[in-house]
Amino acid sequence: MSKYLLYPGCSMETSARAYYDSLKAISGPVGLELEEIEDWNCCGATEYLGISLTPAYALISRNLALAAQQNHGKRAVVAPCSACYLNLAKADYYMREQPTLATHVNQALAAGGLSYTPGSLAIRHLLDVLIYDIGLDTIKSKVVRPLTGLRVAPYLGCMVPRPDYEKRWSDHEHPVELDLLLKALGAEVIDFPLKTHCCGGHMTQIGPETAFELIRGLIVSAEAHEADIMTTVCPMCQMNLDAYQGEANRYFGSAFKMPIVFFTQLMGVAFGLDPKDLGFGLELTSARKAMSRVGVETPEPQASAPRPRKDSSLPMPKPLPTKADLAEKVEAAK
Amino acid sequence: MEIAPESQAPPSPIPKLIEDLTLLDEVSNRTAGVSRLEMCIQCGTCGGSCPSAADMDHTPRMLFAMIRAGMRKDALMSNTPWICVSCYHCVVRCPQNVHIADVMYTLKGMAIEAKLYRDSTAPDFSQTFVDMVEEYGRSFEFGLATRHYLKHFPLRLPSMAPMGFGMLTRQRMSMTPRRIKGIDQLKTILKKAKEVEAVHE
Ligand code: SF4
Ligand code: SF4
Repeated sequence: MSKYLLYPGCSMETSARAYYDSLKAISGPVGLELEEIEDWNCCGATEYLGISLTPAYALISRNLALAAQQNHGKRAVVAPCSACYLNLAKADYYMREQPTLATHVNQALAAGGLSYTPGSLAIRHLLDVLIYDIGLDTIKSKVVRPLTGLRVAPYLGCMVPRPDYEKRWSDHEHPVELDLLLKALGAEVIDFPLKTHCCGGHMTQIGPETAFELIRGLIVSAEAHEADIMTTVCPMCQMNLDAYQGEANRYFGSAFKMPIVFFTQLMGVAFGLDPKDLGFGLELTSARKAMSRVGVETPEPQASAPRPRKDSSLPMPKPLPTKADLAEKVEAAK
Repeated sequence: MEIAPESQAPPSPIPKLIEDLTLLDEVSNRTAGVSRLEMCIQCGTCGGSCPSAADMDHTPRMLFAMIRAGMRKDALMSNTPWICVSCYHCVVRCPQNVHIADVMYTLKGMAIEAKLYRDSTAPDFSQTFVDMVEEYGRSFEFGLATRHYLKHFPLRLPSMAPMGFGMLTRQRMSMTPRRIKGIDQLKTILKKAKEVEAVHE
């Protein structure tokens, strides 16, 4: 068993549940033991860093401090989310590079009874651990249902192979790691030229047109290479390409139906696990047709009733004005 | 030939002190790690690699030239840092190893401080996100997305409903925020961090 500390990040429990479920499902077979960091907090995504420096790095470093405390052996921290991984790795790297930053961050941590020595933990992305620690041979040995004939676009997104402080990846722009893993699962891997291009990041929120353009480019390219399915290693990429695919279609008048699943879901299928335990059916663009190519029936994305709102939750934003309200306003203004 | 009197000469776009590098220094000092911003050789590789360049007021290269020239207001007003998606494409290609993406974060912070931006959508989004994280310790996509869209793109909300509904019915979006146990500890840490930041700026 290889033991690691897990930093799941906020999206794993909600928008990227399929990633979490499938990660848990494949951990046993490949011998990966993950212990979640107790009471971790959000890494700040790409937002906090733009607000102010020391608080942003203190926010990230609380997680590192908690991990170091919990780390009795010599275990690395594993982050499955690309943005979380990059933030944790970056905080550690910059505190080593600029000791004043480390001093300031530690002054802040000390107020909460914590401290962190930069460099005391290794920070790794899940894909890196699976390929370089667990190894392709082990992964291959677990395959009972090879993904023969499934054409997969290996989509890494930008943050995992870049900026690569510890020089872990074969290349910044065309790394081969994910391709090799998918080949080990028996899949037919397309040479996806945009494998490290950007999915639009937070632009879906602040400049949707910019994001739609990037999303469209990725899907067009995957389609042009006749991919049946795209696979990602990042909750943000999955969310943008899957959940916003319909919005992009509306925007461009297109009709893309490219399923986007996490690479751990494909691993689970190849390992012969039940698709229900791998988070299939949670995608908005159904993966059923693609997966039927390898003779696997995945659940149809289901619409179930949303859970009722609890009274203890945040006050919701006011509802949109109705047409009648607006007409009233126009009248009043006259 | 008559020479126009000096008072009528157009204002020079070049700051008086060509050697005034205070803005460059300030940006550099406020960036995490070693920014290497002063090493920029204006090759343009960054802009050429940038997926968002088409929507930017200035390419990163141009923005760095403006910083070097001390054009504080123009540099901070630029939408470039807000359009940057942090893809690090430019970073790994820059021959001078300039920490471009991190310089963009610095410029965002400085623009917010100086209240210099044309469109407040992006700064607002960052601030709302940060407010939620400071309150709960975890991000809260549903509250964030609805509030943000309500404020900035109210007319888009109805068209986003199918996507939001899809996420909710698959329980991929929680309608209630989750709070970490050590939220008081986190708040104390962040309060102290802000004090430390204020002293050293
Ligand atoms: S790639 Fe680097 S050196 Fe070239 S213009 Fe951009 S920042 Fe300057
Ligand atoms: S990090 Fe920002 S500036 Fe650099 S290429 Fe990506 S989007 Fe453009």
